[in-house]
Amino acid sequence: MRGLGQGSGAALRALEVDPRLVGMLGALLAIWLGFDLLSGGAFLTPRNLWNLSVQTASIAVMACGMVLVIVTRNIDLSVGAILGVTGMVIGVLQARLLPELLGLEHPATWLIAVLAAVLVGGAIGLLQGALIAWLAIPSFIVTLGGLLVWRGAAWWVTQGQTVAPMDGRFRMLGGGIEGAIGATASWILGGLACAAILAALLASRRRRLRFGFPVRPLWAEATVAILAVGAVLGTVAVANAYPLPAGIARRVIEEAGGTWVPGTFIPHGLAVPVLVAIGVGIVITVLALRTRFGRAVFAIGGNPEAAELSGINTRRTIMLVFGLMGALCGVAACIATARLNAATNAAGSLDELYVIAAAVIGGTSLAGGAGTIAGAMLGALVMQSLQSGMVLLGVDAPMQNIVVGLVLVLAVWLDTVYRGRMR
Amino acid sequence: MTPLVEMSDIHLAFGGIKAVDGASLDLHEGEVVGLLGHNGAGKSTLIKVLSGAYRADSGDIRVRGEPAHIHSPRDARRYGIETIYQTLALADNLDAAANIFLGRELLTAWGTLDDAAMEAATRQVMGRLNPHFRRFKEPVRALSGGQRQSVAIARAIHFDARILIMDEPTAALGPAETRQVGELVKQLKAQGIGIFLISHDIHDVFDLADRISVMKNGRLVGTARVADITKDEALGMIILGKCPPGAIPGPGAMN
Ligand SMILES: Nc1ncnc2c1ncn2[C@@H]1O[C@H](COP(=O)(O)OP(=O)(O)OP(=O)(O)O)[C@@H](O)[C@H]1O
Ligand SMILES: [Mg+2]
Repeated sequence: MRGLGQGSGAALRALEVDPRLVGMLGALLAIWLGFDLLSGGAFLTPRNLWNLSVQTASIAVMACGMVLVIVTRNIDLSVGAILGVTGMVIGVLQARLLPELLGLEHPATWLIAVLAAVLVGGAIGLLQGALIAWLAIPSFIVTLGGLLVWRGAAWWVTQGQTVAPMDGRFRMLGGGIEGAIGATASWILGGLACAAILAALLASRRRRLRFGFPVRPLWAEATVAILAVGAVLGTVAVANAYPLPAGIARRVIEEAGGTWVPGTFIPHGLAVPVLVAIGVGIVITVLALRTRFGRAVFAIGGNPEAAELSGINTRRTIMLVFGLMGALCGVAACIATARLNAATNAAGSLDELYVIAAAVIGGTSLAGGAGTIAGAMLGALVMQSLQSGMVLLGVDAPMQNIVVGLVLVLAVWLDTVYRGRMR
Repeated sequence: MTPLVEMSDIHLAFGGIKAVDGASLDLHEGEVVGLLGHNGAGKSTLIKVLSGAYRADSGDIRVRGEPAHIHSPRDARRYGIETIYQTLALADNLDAAANIFLGRELLTAWGTLDDAAMEAATRQVMGRLNPHFRRFKEPVRALSGGQRQSVAIARAIHFDARILIMDEPTAALGPAETRQVGELVKQLKAQGIGIFLISHDIHDVFDLADRISVMKNGRLVGTARVADITKDEALGMIILGKCPPGAIPGPGAMN
């Protein structure tokens, strides 16, 4: 047993993959299989997995920003409220202001709305970040205040009225039938992603060889490549196995000038919000690992004094981290508003807890200095899987909360044990 | 010849504690000045004024005769001042290369971090200091005290320092590594670099330094060429604040 453990440990080291990430994937798989068994095969269906991916998107987007916030030894409790207020702003913008200015369903409406969301969210984040960085008010307090302020502001935009409907193109950001890119585009995108993965692996290997550094053995390199490509293609296959409902499929075919044959299979393909979330995840990962800014963020988390002595502008960095967090809340607000096809002042309530939980379950240390974007996104998927699974099993809402709460505490305990052993 | 660095009449108080109380130091090219004194004498605080970590309440700093405006560690680096801090000032969660290049990372043509180039440079500079060091991929948290100290030294010497501040650089090192740092000090000195060396090991200081300055309770007891005084006299300066005839007394000298 011990020998086996050491053997797999050595294999993991050769693969140079984060063992914590592997553990999370294992946990996710166990959750999925467990729910599938309990629900008599209703969980692992293309339809359920597709919906799961769409439901995860907005939390996953915010979790990316939360990782950076927590890595700098801060916290942001206001993300749900920022989502709420930016959602209201862009709701009013596209349901009331822009139709008057540009006309209904103007092609630029969605773009203006998205930009506005990112700008408003980013500005709120920068403001909070400035208070935290320059006035040295603890982030817990600033964002706790922010939670109340922005939630109140969300109500104030329309005196509590819900705003609907949203612009047609904008609604694609929420997923649903209009918000999936179809089979062909999904395969093309999947193919491009695979090519990019292989190119990146090759480039990094070449680079290390050029400098004469040790590289992964070829079998390990191949395993990593196969796993990554398999995950991408598998995701596309699942999304393409979920058909549009018959009525919609018929309309699509007839609009294209064809004749409807009952039983024709038109796949959804990947959902736009999922692509947005993955895109955000990639961008923030690059930012965190491959840029000076990201290096500064992690250095501040590891030792703020050392970061300062190394000439890093720590205050500016922290302010920008909160600005980025706010901008991502704006992106999440677009997804949530589009999905609901309405802006409500309660949108995003309690999201702060799910976002923080996703980051922490994903291995972000509340002590700062450690965390991965991929882990946080997986954490978001784990949380959403638990919730969707329980809904599928007919577990009532209070019980769902109890389970999610317990899982959060359990996950962090396991992480603490793991870190303790790593020391 | 104008000194490389002149710090005159530096004052710095933390609340009511006068950590540095009218201290003056100078340093020439290719010279090693040992800074001695009890725990809490104000040595680290004084050199942190030069390295930009603290701002003095009053006093002025000249580099090559010109008034220097050092308000942050970045400013100090611009004057070619590099510092090995007593606390090492390492980000424990980052690896050796990330620490050495922190705040001045090498970038690729794309503007992204060039980790391979930084690792290559790190292997080279660490090879000079600690040839047995192999743990390039691990966060420095996982390194021994001496290895961490080597990383901190590597960071200070990699960037063409003109003025090097070493605050107890060998406190955690074994005898072999300490000797290596001694050799390094001699090499750097031969290249014309001016070095402030803070150490509690009076033998090391006498071996390496050209002059010593002694502080007591934030005040300068005196400055002397090592050739002009004995180790016992130096101890007298540290412990009693008594300035021997071979030294130039400062405001902290007991009369
Ligand atoms: N950040 C700080 N805040 C308050 N007081 C400080 C601070 N840093 C140093 N001091 C005080 O200033 C005085 C000088 O401290 P300093 O660290 O300069 O001494 P030192 O000569 O370097 O001692 P050691 O040999 O122990 O390193 C001490 O009385 C210390 O308590
Ligand atoms: Mg000291």
